[in-house]
Amino acid sequence: MYDPTVARLTYRALLGRRRALILAALPVLLIALSVAVRVLAGADDQTAADLLGGLALATMVPIIGVIAGTGAIGPEIDDGSVVYLLSKPLKRPTIIFTKLIVAVAVTMVFSALPTFIAGFILNGNGQQIAVAYTVAALVASIAYAALFLLLGTVSRHAVVFGLVYALVWEALFGSLVPGARTLSVQQWSLAVAQKVAGGDMVTSDVGLTTATVLLIAVTVLATWYAGQKLRSLTLAGEE
Amino acid sequence: MAVEHSTATQQGDQTRIHNIGYRSYDGPRLGRSYATRSLFSQSLRGSYGLGRSVKSKVLPMLLFVVMCVPAAIMVAVAVATKARELPVDYTRYAIVMQAVISLYLASQAPQSVSRDLRFKTVPLYFSRPIETADYVRAKFAALASALFLLTGAPLIVLYAGALLAKLDFADQTKGFAQGLVSVALLSLLFAGIGLVIASVTPRRGFGIAAVIAVLTISYGAVSTLQAIAEVQDSSGAIAWMGLFSPVTLIDGVQSAFLGADSAFPGGVGPSTGEGVVYVLVTLGLVAAAYGLLLRRYRKVGL
Repeated sequence: MYDPTVARLTYRALLGRRRALILAALPVLLIALSVAVRVLAGADDQTAADLLGGLALATMVPIIGVIAGTGAIGPEIDDGSVVYLLSKPLKRPTIIFTKLIVAVAVTMVFSALPTFIAGFILNGNGQQIAVAYTVAALVASIAYAALFLLLGTVSRHAVVFGLVYALVWEALFGSLVPGARTLSVQQWSLAVAQKVAGGDMVTSDVGLTTATVLLIAVTVLATWYAGQKLRSLTLAGEE
Repeated sequence: MAVEHSTATQQGDQTRIHNIGYRSYDGPRLGRSYATRSLFSQSLRGSYGLGRSVKSKVLPMLLFVVMCVPAAIMVAVAVATKARELPVDYTRYAIVMQAVISLYLASQAPQSVSRDLRFKTVPLYFSRPIETADYVRAKFAALASALFLLTGAPLIVLYAGALLAKLDFADQTKGFAQGLVSVALLSLLFAGIGLVIASVTPRRGFGIAAVIAVLTISYGAVSTLQAIAEVQDSSGAIAWMGLFSPVTLIDGVQSAFLGADSAFPGGVGPSTGEGVVYVLVTLGLVAAAYGLLLRRYRKVGL
């Protein structure tokens, strides 16, 4: 199910040349911001939860997830070089699974790790906040990467649709319409984080069981369907 | 080829070039300004998907509709309830809808320049009588106009609705004019930022994500810091922090000079003195974006 060569090529496509630097800009900003907040405001649990929940989990994880998830397959389909990969004696689901592993790893390294560091800087893991949000970021990384990888195989405008989902659906509708929160990766991962933290600093609108089931279902279904999509991929011209 | 060559040297004196009737062009040459204008109008049409495939019309048109519908609803409510004023100020509307504007910019700025880079069509443009500065000006103006259409249209809806609801004419006209100035500034600033980011990468997807990341993360970071400064009672710092993200920059300019209520935490916008700095930074950023684009296209694809 895992092919090291495909993995190496995907890593190069995602992080090669200056792209790793651009991807690293967001985490560096988050950490710089938390240093600034710690120096200006001191350690405060509520501030830490707000910053990690509002900036790290709600904005940074989805954006990194979109870049890594769609970037793992989108450009190859876009410029047509995916045919050279597809013509190799590899199962299409294997290709998707390998790319998913890489996308998940990249998202985790560039979003969950900085969340953990920022959490420790902000309040030294008081009330388990740093660990809780790191777990949420880890869980969300898997689901986002699978979801956006699927988008990458389905649409040429995957990045836009991914961002519309992450920013408009989860952030905007999620804050206005309570029902929209049930269908939000962010809330599912928060449910897991709530279990880890135990306190009342991290809350979610979704029950733990529902969240876990939905997370697993979305990840598995998205990966399976992406594999199916790749089996019958037709290369169209530009637009 | 070698055989033909030997026969050609044998009968060297008999070779000649036949005139097979090609005519040279002696019609009017439309020149540099015409080419620039064409590039401008094509880019402007392209940023709403006109002259492109149906699929690429969907997103810009959808965002345009999403931008205008809330304004129409507000107007309907104001007319129906005979309200004394509109539920949202003209200047506030773009700030409230910033997510839609950001998405539009992120999807259309790379569309405008990244594809030219990826398919290496930029050298073809420069084989026409246009210069680097013309290309940059045309693209910049086209994207800024597209953004101005996007942000100005809902204001026109609001203004028309306000007049229909028989609100105070002078008051509404003043607010409308202030709103237009504010969105014009916002369009210039956003177009500059979007184009600079998009012109760095030939890959469309990456450009989209980068534009969104710059806009949302800078706004998120600034408003988080402002909220903390508000709690810490250091409200003097709030105004200065607003300088570091495009949306708060516009917010600061319009609350200092265009009579808007600030969206900053605490509702305290910058004072007039700080407002001057805001205007200078905004204009400086637009000029810097223009300069960077000129530098970027100085030797592209050659």
